Amino acid sequence: MKKFALTAVMAAMLSGTAMAEDVKLGILLGFTGPAESLAPGMANGAKLAMKEVSDSGLLLGGASVSSTEADSTCVDAAAATAAAERLVDAEKVDSLIGALCSGATTAILQNVAMPKGVVLFSPSATSPALSDMEDNGLFFRSSPSDARQGQVIADILKDKGIESIAMTYTNNDYGKGLADAIEANFTAAGGTVTINAAHEDGKGDYGAEVAALAQAGGDVLLVAGYLDQGGKGIIQSALDAGAFEDFYLPDAMIGESLVEAIGEDLNGAIGSVPGTDSNGAATYVEMAKAAGFEASPYSGEAYDAAALTLLAMQAAGSKNSADFKDKIFDVANAPGEQIFPGELAKGLEILKNGGEIDYVGATAVEMIGGGEASGSYREILIDNGEITTVQYR
Amino acid sequence: MEFINALVLLTNYIILPAATYGSQLALGALGVTLVYGVLRFSNFAHGETMSFGTMITIMVTWQLQSAGVSLGIFPTALLALPVGIFVTVLLLLACDKWVYRFHRQNNASGVILLIVSIGLMFVIGGLVRFIIGPQDQIFADGSRFIFSARDFKKATGLDEGLALRTTQLVTIFTAAIVVTAVFWFLNKTRTGKSMRAYSDNENLALLSGIDPDRVVKVAWILTAVLATIAGTLYGLDKSYKPFAFMQLLLPIFASAIVGGVGNPLGAIAGGFVIAFSEITITFAYKKFISYVTFDAVQPEGLVQLLSTDYKIAVSFIILVIVLVIKPTGLFSGKTL
Repeated sequence: MKKFALTAVMAAMLSGTAMAEDVKLGILLGFTGPAESLAPGMANGAKLAMKEVSDSGLLLGGASVSSTEADSTCVDAAAATAAAERLVDAEKVDSLIGALCSGATTAILQNVAMPKGVVLFSPSATSPALSDMEDNGLFFRSSPSDARQGQVIADILKDKGIESIAMTYTNNDYGKGLADAIEANFTAAGGTVTINAAHEDGKGDYGAEVAALAQAGGDVLLVAGYLDQGGKGIIQSALDAGAFEDFYLPDAMIGESLVEAIGEDLNGAIGSVPGTDSNGAATYVEMAKAAGFEASPYSGEAYDAAALTLLAMQAAGSKNSADFKDKIFDVANAPGEQIFPGELAKGLEILKNGGEIDYVGATAVEMIGGGEASGSYREILIDNGEITTVQYR
Repeated sequence: MEFINALVLLTNYIILPAATYGSQLALGALGVTLVYGVLRFSNFAHGETMSFGTMITIMVTWQLQSAGVSLGIFPTALLALPVGIFVTVLLLLACDKWVYRFHRQNNASGVILLIVSIGLMFVIGGLVRFIIGPQDQIFADGSRFIFSARDFKKATGLDEGLALRTTQLVTIFTAAIVVTAVFWFLNKTRTGKSMRAYSDNENLALLSGIDPDRVVKVAWILTAVLATIAGTLYGLDKSYKPFAFMQLLLPIFASAIVGGVGNPLGAIAGGFVIAFSEITITFAYKKFISYVTFDAVQPEGLVQLLSTDYKIAVSFIILVIVLVIKPTGLFSGKTL
């Protein structure tokens, strides 16, 4: 494989690199804001895929792939729009990978991606609202919608024999969408949601919020917030007041920084995060380690988003969004040869020869509906200060 | 038993948190009121001054922690406080020398000084974020609890838990000591008396030979002491986040105005009034009612007057009501 890649690079260098037009992708993530600790791992994931494709020298007759980063923030629509506009107008990127949060993604889709006709591929925007939004076929995501996560969470809670939950969500598109999905599914399954209250991020003190949650009661406190922000504050306050001892953590609450900040009191908390037991996931973790970074949550999704974008370009034989946007479903789904992480060169080669591929990638991505991953989830348990996997759903 | 449970519930979720928060607000409001009394303007930079003092304290705390110094169960930050206070005093004296003095010598009105203080608020806020960054900082150490809710339940056999955090105890005690010291200073010492005289009637005070520069300097020093202590206590008890101090400005001003601006006693009372109203109005009384009514009534809803989203609105509403009905505040300070 290595040898093959090496020859490919040599071949590319010798033949017509100068002929091919280079491809430039914009990485647009919330490098600052309530989920900032997730962004570096995601950017590294996307860049890993780009480097792999670039090194193979097979893309569009030997095009090299470069990237440029911008901060979309998480909820600031104006900042997200400005950052996306800069990438598209000034940096002349061919396609966008991002954004991290649903609010920023919606703003970029409506204000930049659609008017300018550029494909937007988000690794981690999970709001159900994005499924039905008008997108001219330009929006994709390698993560599933929270409507699906709501179902999975209700299943996990029922399996654990949990009858009632108190729920608080971060007051934005992501939090509200997820909380509604969970409430609908959990109540339909016969559970009780004692309270479903919003919390604001960035406050110094969550004592009053926790007091209200504690009075409503429940077997478990479900915190649909952000791990670096209000979510952490709520859990800390709940533990301080002795209000709750058991927690449920949805995707945006899972990360090492939370486990470190809260310490041993978080042991026993359960949660769910998009993930898969396919071989691709394990391969990706190894690849990330070799490249010198941690495969943090949504890092694999970012790798897949970048890989799918580039593979679709190869399939369409063009880096124009209008041309390759229709190819993303083709390369992501069967039929065709299965492509795992680290095998992007093979995929490019097959596509070049007019063959078909079924991209599996780091997260066993399968595109459905309006261009989103069907979604498998990893059920986790915080055990002894470690995030451990219970099973995949 | 039911009644004791209800009492424990209220203590855990209302009385202790509100008393702690009230102490922090009282110290902050005392600083605002002092500047208003002596220098006659509303100091909007007070929140960021608290942030600055806390930042210095945090950095010294980190030094102490890495040197292996600790205070046992109490947070090391208490040892670092004097340094934080000292640097904040220097900052405020520098601000006075280079900014406020110019306007004071030109007999600028209170409104101009207020606008100047807003400018300084942004400068100090920017400085803080430049030095320590905008993210959360954790600097509390020592033991987290005097006793935790779990210990309490086990020891008493009650259904409701009561947690007493070390920082809550430290906050209430420190605030009590500081407030006593400030009152002693204002009422018993010569400098304190001259400050009160200057605040009461500037011209008369000048005629009787009080040095105005000295009074102003002492007022800034006291403000720095109060701001640093209030900020550090808030940071220890909750968490240190530079942006939170800008949000704290509203409840602090509300406290000062409710009590009567310029009146130190009013500032303290105002702090507790605001803290208790914020927490009691947004509290859900469902469990409490079911305890005190011996299961006769089981409320369906949460029995919450106002959602916690509107917590900040409570201090705003109180502020407006006081300004409309009794502009001089509870303890008749000067009107704004």
